[in-house]
Amino acid sequence: MIEFMDVSKEYTKGVKALKDINIHIDKGEFVFIVGSSGAGKSTLIKLLLKEEEPTDGKIILNNMDITNISNRKIPYIRRSVGVVFQDFRLLPNKTVFENVAFAMEIIGASSREIRRRVPIVLSMVGLSHKANNYPNELSGGEQQRVSIARAIVNNPNVLIADEPTGNLDPDTAWEIMKILREINRRGTTIVMATHARDIVNIMKRRVIALEKGTVVRDERKGVYDYEI
Amino acid sequence: MTMRFRMLNYIIKQGFVGIWRNRMMSFASIGSVTSMLVILGVILILALNINNMTNVAKDQFDEIQVYLEDDVSQEQIEKIGEAIKENEGVLSVIFQSKERALENMQKQWGEEGYLLEGLEENPLPNSYIIQLKDIKYANSVVDHIQGLVGIEEIKYYRDIVEKMISIANFVRIGGIIVTSILLFISIFIISNTIKLTVAARKREINIMKYVGATNGFIRGPFIVEGIILGFLGSVLAILIVNFGYQYIVDILNKKLYIFFTVYMIPYKVLYDDIIMIFTSIGVGIGTLGSIVSLKKYLNV
Ligand SMILES: Nc1ncnc2c1ncn2[C@@H]1O[C@H](COP(=O)(O)OP(=O)(O)OP(=O)(O)O)[C@@H](O)[C@H]1O
Ligand SMILES: [Mg+2]
Repeated sequence: MIEFMDVSKEYTKGVKALKDINIHIDKGEFVFIVGSSGAGKSTLIKLLLKEEEPTDGKIILNNMDITNISNRKIPYIRRSVGVVFQDFRLLPNKTVFENVAFAMEIIGASSREIRRRVPIVLSMVGLSHKANNYPNELSGGEQQRVSIARAIVNNPNVLIADEPTGNLDPDTAWEIMKILREINRRGTTIVMATHARDIVNIMKRRVIALEKGTVVRDERKGVYDYEI
Repeated sequence: MTMRFRMLNYIIKQGFVGIWRNRMMSFASIGSVTSMLVILGVILILALNINNMTNVAKDQFDEIQVYLEDDVSQEQIEKIGEAIKENEGVLSVIFQSKERALENMQKQWGEEGYLLEGLEENPLPNSYIIQLKDIKYANSVVDHIQGLVGIEEIKYYRDIVEKMISIANFVRIGGIIVTSILLFISIFIISNTIKLTVAARKREINIMKYVGATNGFIRGPFIVEGIILGFLGSVLAILIVNFGYQYIVDILNKKLYIFFTVYMIPYKVLYDDIIMIFTSIGVGIGTLGSIVSLKKYLNV
């Protein structure tokens, strides 16, 4: 369902962020992308989101070749992919409910659909009681849960997360991981870039390790690195 | 509500929100469009009126009036007529007796014609009215006639007509230059206003992008904002030009002779054109301003 075939990405002349990447991810997998800073994790994710174009190779998402897709079609690709960022990216002047509803509004959902669906995802992330609060009234973990709710509210079949626990303390990070695991259990494919060694080691999921732009390790039930 | 309608509704609402969010800049944008259009309107009306007057003048002034001395005989009058006809620049020659001249004048003065009824003696001379083939023959024809006997005075208006034509050209060219400069200034100000809205909504746009909003949906509100700004500017300009012109015509009517305003184009004739030109330019500038801004500051 996600496939990178000989993908390379060169930003400016000489700076090779990714080199000949070959990755195949099946539907329903939970995949960690690990590697030191500058290894190319975010670049990989940006390619999947069509935020950057690959210099070489082919990328397939949901059985569709998205390598040379026209700009007009990109929004429709993105609707099948939910995204979560390290910095939450919530709208400060909207309530929790409105922040999640926003994702439905802009793809033209009716207010009836919104009223029905938003409470469901808010209860999935355990924030039903905070629906009318504003982001600045929430803890970091709660804010990240809102952003997860927003990412899944339109029922994407892939959820991509770039260091979703990067700004959170270990306990809070685990709450987030439990939610992601639950979302994955319901069938959503998850690709998560992370530096969180403990999480990767305890979750025992597939680990793809990048180093200077190449895949150096790809293991089922892997660990963060060899030194442990 | 269908999905399309809901999304259009959202786009238009966001357009207004954008205007309200930077009211000061919106105000400046509307002001710039309005002042540009008002100046365009003044130039347009001036040029059209001068054109109109020139045409009227041309019709009237490509004729030469030759006043005859009072004591010339009928025979001499006919001789003079023959001599005039011989000239190559002359299209036609009409004799106008003094009585006829007075009648015509009464007609021309219309309501004020009664003023002429009290005259004891007809002060107007017998005359020949010469229609020229073209105004360029005026000088040679006049030279020729001056050599004849029995001529009291020759009236012709070549200089005036030429002056009016050159003023009309000056107004037209100057108008085009001034208006284009103002056009660019308006587009610049609007694009800067939109830029502020883009900056204010950066976060929102970023999120919209990732959730899969179409480019049209993201750009829509900004285009709407530009269109509204341009439209409001043009409405204001239409009102100002409308009342301004009526006011000026009124003043001229009161303070000057009736003759003058007869040459002015009535505003009713211009009204439809002004509305159409102003709204399309206003909306055009607004759209262009936001497109310029989006090209520069919004990468979606
Ligand atoms: N827009 C860009 N223009 C030029 N070079 C870039 C750009 N984005 C990333 N790079 C370079 O590409 C390489 C990979 O960057 P990337 O952001 O993918 O790393 P990362 O693995 O996500 O790192 P981190 O763990 O710090 O987030 C780095 O050398 C980086 O400097
Ligand atoms: Mg990164």
